[in-house]
Amino acid sequence: MSLIVTQDICKTYRTGEVAVEALKSVSFTIEPKSFVSFVGPSGSGKTTLLNLIGCLDRPTSGTLEVAGIHISRLNRKKAAAFRGSHLGFIFQDFNLIPVLSVYENVEYPLLMVQNIPGSERRKRVLHMLDAVGMTDQKDKYPDHISGGQKQRVAVARALVTKPPLILADEPTANLDSQTAFKVIDLMHHMRDEFGATFVFSTHDRKIVRSVETIYSLTDGRINTHASLSSQGGNDA
Amino acid sequence: MLKLMKIALRNLLRYHRRTLLTASLIAIGVTFVLVFISASGAFKNLMIGQITDSMLGHIQVHRRGYMASIDSLPLNLNLEPGAMNKLEEALASTPGITAVSQRIKFPGMLSNFMETTNIRINGVYPERETTAVPLLPGRVKKGSPQLREGELFVPELLAAGMKLKVGDPVVIIATNRDGSVNGRQFKVGAVIESVTGPGGRDGYMHIEDAREVLRMETLEISEVTLRVQNFSKLNETAEQLRANLSGETDKQGRPLFDVRTWEDLSPFSNVARMIDVMSFFIRLMLIAIVLVAVMNVMIMAVFERIREIGTIAAIGTKPGRILSLFLIEGLLLGIFGTGAGILLAGMATFVINAANISFNFGRQVGLVLSPRLEPGQILIVAAIVILVSTAAALQPAFRASRMEPVDALRHV
Repeated sequence: MSLIVTQDICKTYRTGEVAVEALKSVSFTIEPKSFVSFVGPSGSGKTTLLNLIGCLDRPTSGTLEVAGIHISRLNRKKAAAFRGSHLGFIFQDFNLIPVLSVYENVEYPLLMVQNIPGSERRKRVLHMLDAVGMTDQKDKYPDHISGGQKQRVAVARALVTKPPLILADEPTANLDSQTAFKVIDLMHHMRDEFGATFVFSTHDRKIVRSVETIYSLTDGRINTHASLSSQGGNDA
Repeated sequence: MLKLMKIALRNLLRYHRRTLLTASLIAIGVTFVLVFISASGAFKNLMIGQITDSMLGHIQVHRRGYMASIDSLPLNLNLEPGAMNKLEEALASTPGITAVSQRIKFPGMLSNFMETTNIRINGVYPERETTAVPLLPGRVKKGSPQLREGELFVPELLAAGMKLKVGDPVVIIATNRDGSVNGRQFKVGAVIESVTGPGGRDGYMHIEDAREVLRMETLEISEVTLRVQNFSKLNETAEQLRANLSGETDKQGRPLFDVRTWEDLSPFSNVARMIDVMSFFIRLMLIAIVLVAVMNVMIMAVFERIREIGTIAAIGTKPGRILSLFLIEGLLLGIFGTGAGILLAGMATFVINAANISFNFGRQVGLVLSPRLEPGQILIVAAIVILVSTAAALQPAFRASRMEPVDALRHV
């Protein structure tokens, strides 16, 4: 069964009298445990698409199914519960909570979203920090670590709840190219280790060398689709 | 919940200057209110104590109709032995009364053989009177505080006017109940401080002397003054006594007794009420200060942390938790401000007490203001401030919890 199934999804934003079509009849499927990238220039609809898959926004029309659940019409509370149990997010600006340490940032979704008991929580956080190579930085606050390290923490936070799907919106945009490659490699490695599906957006084609499936977006439409390995997804 | 409190606390400490400023504002408000309440309360209690313990007593019982004619101190509205027996039975079955003093009150003429003036005489049992109004001996300016038969306590205003000294002979002339006039010579036993108000011309003699002047064969009492054990339960005690006396009626079927507390008898009760009203408005001002300060800070906090709110919402934090986070921040601000305010108020009260601030009230001079922070008042003020600061965070917290994550994450 496919992890993500979209059928003719459209998204139109209205600003006063002006309507902007961000997505135009987009359809695709993504299989579990795949490593997928949406590539395209600014304004092509990548972030909109990720927001819709991430249950942060609703499509204007079309159907959207993630992990067998129709997420287009979930109410606020159910959408939050869905995100907490099925999704992990990695943001362009890292979006770590500044008043929490590295350890506490990774612990946050287990504590505040999933209510995991203390001993299990600690085990999972330490395991995840070890997996992203941040154990020795666990007591530091986000202000005291580098951008690459912040994104490693963000990866750990996204994976700690063991979600089937990780969404990353331009995860390397604020990193230098060397660090960007390292973060993509880390995500790839995490996919292999934890079996989660990674879907991320980028405008930089250079960094998608290890991606198995690439969807190219222009003006709200998927133009091309390339499957670079046997684990890739199918096109629309 | 504890983790949520920890995050809320850290969020407050993140903007430590703003938090400090807001908490200080709350603290100053709490301090001001507590000091005002304790100082005004001390003033009120001191005044009430002066009024009740010098002459009035806590509760007075008269025959119904007596108070309407009190200016003329009518002897025909005294309580006769039958009525007194009923009253004593009712008093015995009313808990919380610690002292009872019977008085015969009558208007008289005071003569020093050279000139004459009018005086209001209180015939009392000295021991009973001093237990019901314990400040009476303290009012003695000259002479012995022990009132003996054949002696008269003269208010100092009259003594000064008539150049009377302790030991001087005087004559008291009074009209008896049957209309005849009688007089008797007394010795000035003491000159007493005049009380403020209509009691300024009140003198004292032994009740047996009063009976003799009035040629009263059976004891008839004008006024019964009571002292209660717990002043804060004064009204309950008065109500209980009224209930116990409710069955006693005169020949026309009207209630026989009239029970009044000091509040019904003294004009100062209006001043006391004004103090209470002022305390209430001061509390309202505190609520306004806390409401505006906390709401302002929380609105700023929500505005500055929109992306953060978007992040935690995207991660899956439910709206209720986001709401709780901001409410707890408001609650903690209230707790810090209140705690600091109580400490400051404690210190300020200590300083006022140490400074021994004295003032005059009417003819009483050198009264020392001794404010005291009452645990009940502290609890009320703390509860109000903490509740209001939490409520002030409600609107911003609600706004944060209702934010669409996609819009919040997009916020720059």
